[in-house]
Amino acid sequence: MYTTKDGKEIFILDGHAHFWDGSPENQKNVHGKQFIDCFYAYHTNLSPPEELWEKSKFEKYSEDDIYRDLFIDGPDDMAIIQTTVLGEFYKNGFGNFERTIEMASRHPERFIVNGSFDPRDGEKALEYIHWMKETHDIQGVKMYTAEWHGDSKGWALNDPAAYKCFELCEKLGIKNIHVHKGPTIRPLSKDAFAVGDVDYAATDFVNLNWIVEHCGLPRLDDFCWIATQESNVYAGLSVVMPFIHARPRYFAEVMAELLWWVGEDKILFGSDYAIWTPKWLVEKFWEFQIPDDISAERGGVQLTEDIKEKILGLNIAKLYNIDVEAKKAQLASAPVQIAAE
Amino acid sequence: MLDAIQKAELELEVRGCLDAVTDPELDEPITDMGFIEHIEVTDERKVRVEFRLPTYWCSPNFAFLMAFGIRQEVSALPWVTAADVQLHDHCFGDEVNAGVNSGRAYHDIFAEHCDGARLDDVVEKFLAKAYDRRQETVLLGLQALGHTPREIVSMPLATLIGIDFDGEEEKRQKPRYLELLEVRGLAHDDDDPAFPTWEGQPIEAAELSEHLARLRSTRINMEFNGALCRGLAKTRYKEVEIGPDGPTLIDFIAGRVPPRKEAAARG
Repeated sequence: MYTTKDGKEIFILDGHAHFWDGSPENQKNVHGKQFIDCFYAYHTNLSPPEELWEKSKFEKYSEDDIYRDLFIDGPDDMAIIQTTVLGEFYKNGFGNFERTIEMASRHPERFIVNGSFDPRDGEKALEYIHWMKETHDIQGVKMYTAEWHGDSKGWALNDPAAYKCFELCEKLGIKNIHVHKGPTIRPLSKDAFAVGDVDYAATDFVNLNWIVEHCGLPRLDDFCWIATQESNVYAGLSVVMPFIHARPRYFAEVMAELLWWVGEDKILFGSDYAIWTPKWLVEKFWEFQIPDDISAERGGVQLTEDIKEKILGLNIAKLYNIDVEAKKAQLASAPVQIAAE
Repeated sequence: MLDAIQKAELELEVRGCLDAVTDPELDEPITDMGFIEHIEVTDERKVRVEFRLPTYWCSPNFAFLMAFGIRQEVSALPWVTAADVQLHDHCFGDEVNAGVNSGRAYHDIFAEHCDGARLDDVVEKFLAKAYDRRQETVLLGLQALGHTPREIVSMPLATLIGIDFDGEEEKRQKPRYLELLEVRGLAHDDDDPAFPTWEGQPIEAAELSEHLARLRSTRINMEFNGALCRGLAKTRYKEVEIGPDGPTLIDFIAGRVPPRKEAAARG
C-alpha cells in the first residue's frame, strides 16, 4: 500500500518482478555471466546512487530480501513474479518456476507466480503447460522471445509451434501472456527488436491478454500502432519506469505517447525487481507530472491521480481477476510480517 | 621505425576517421559513444582497432556493420598497410571478428548468417530513422527561431544553409542533415526544398505538426537505446561498494579494459 501525502491509500500491484538466481554457482557458461552482468549494468546505470546494491546480493537474493523489498520497505500490495528460464545459460534456470513457487508459498496472499514455456520443446511444452495449470493453477506466462535453444537463437510469437501452445493456454484459461522482446540474434537480416509478431498473435488470440513489457521499446511507435488496433494489447512499464529518475523529460514523452495512443486503462506498472526496487519508483511516479510543453504535443494528456492509481494496480487487477476492495481487507487483516524476519 | 610521437599522431588520425562510423540504431558516431577502446599502429603501419559495445547482447547485425565500417574507414587512410578489427565481449564476437578480418565482402559474410538474405532492408530502415531524427532537430530549431510552418516547408536549401543556430544540438545535427540530403540526392540545388520526406515528398504547411509528431516518435525510440547505451558504456565493468557514506560505484576490474594509449599520449 502506498499512502499519499494527503493520506490516500493506493493499491499497488507490481506486474513484473523476478526471483532469480544469477550467481556464479548457477551459471552454465559465459552467457550466464554476461546476462546477469547486463542486468547489473542496467541497475547501476539507472538507479539513484542510494539505491545501489552490491554485486553479490544482486546475483542472488533471499526469500527475506524479496519480501522486505517489495512489501515491507516497498509499497507493493501484491507482485507478479515472472519466470525467465534461460536454460542454456543457467544450470537450474535463471528463474526457476518451482523455486519461485516455493518462495511464494510463504505468502500466497501477496504473490502471483507466472509460468513460462518454450514452444520449441514441441509436445513437451504442451505437457508442461498442462502440468503448470493443473498443479499450480497459473493465470499467466512470461514469454522471452530472445531465449536460446540449441541452434535457435530466438523465436517469434507467430511461429506455428507457439500457436499450438497459445491455443492450449486459451483452452485452459491461462489468459495473461507477458511478452518480453529481447534482441533476437538470428537471422541477422531481421530487425532484432521487431514487435510485429505481437500483432499477429493478438489478432489470432483475442481472448488472451498480451502484455508487452517495456512497451516494445525501442520500437515504441510500432507497439503503439499495434496497441491501438488490438483491444487485447497492454503496455507493461518495466524498464521504462526507472527513466523517471535518470531522464524525467524522456519518461514524460514516453508516458504522453502511451496515454495518447494506448490509453490510461491499458498501461501497467512493473518494477522489474530486483533490477530496481518499487519504493523509489512508486514514490517518484506519484509525484510526477508531464511537463506542459510535452503534454500539449499530445492533446493535453496528463497523469492525474486517478490515472496513476489505475496504472499502479487497478488495471492489472482486472486482468488477474482480483477484487481490489476484498484484497485490501484481506491484507489489512494480515499485515506484513516484520516479526517473522 | 616510428617513434612514439609519430605513432600517437597516426593513432589520432585513426580515431578521427572513425568519427564517420555510426551506430545504426542510435545514429551517433561510435567515437562519441565511447565504443572504441584501443587503437594501435605498428612500425609496419598496420592498424589494430579494438571496440566494445555497451552490453554483450547489443544487436549482432549492427555490431557487424560497425566492425565493417571501422575496417572501411581505416583501410581508406593512404598510409595503412593492414587493418585488424576486434570486437570484445559480445555474444556474436567470434563470428564478427572472423568475418571482418577475412577480407571478404560483408554481404558474403552476412549471407552465411541469415539464410542468404541481405541486410540492405534493415540498413535502409535505420538510415531513414537517422534522417528523421536529424530533420526533427533542424525543424524544431527553425520553429524556435520563429519561422512559420509555411516558411519552413517552402524553405530553399540555400536559405537553410545560411541559417545560424544557437543550440548545440542544432549546430551538431544541421551539417549531418545536409550531408544526408546530399548523399541521398534529396536536395542538391540552391532552390531545392530543404525539407522533403525520406521518400522525397514535399510536406504541406498544414501537415507539419503531424509530420513532427511522427519524427518525435522515431526520436523517442532512438533515445531509449541512446540513453541506455551511454549509461551502460559508463557503468559496464563497474561494481558497487557499500562504504560508510553509502553505496558508490567503482571500477571492479582495473586493467581489464585496455588502457587508452591515445588518450595518454594526448594528455
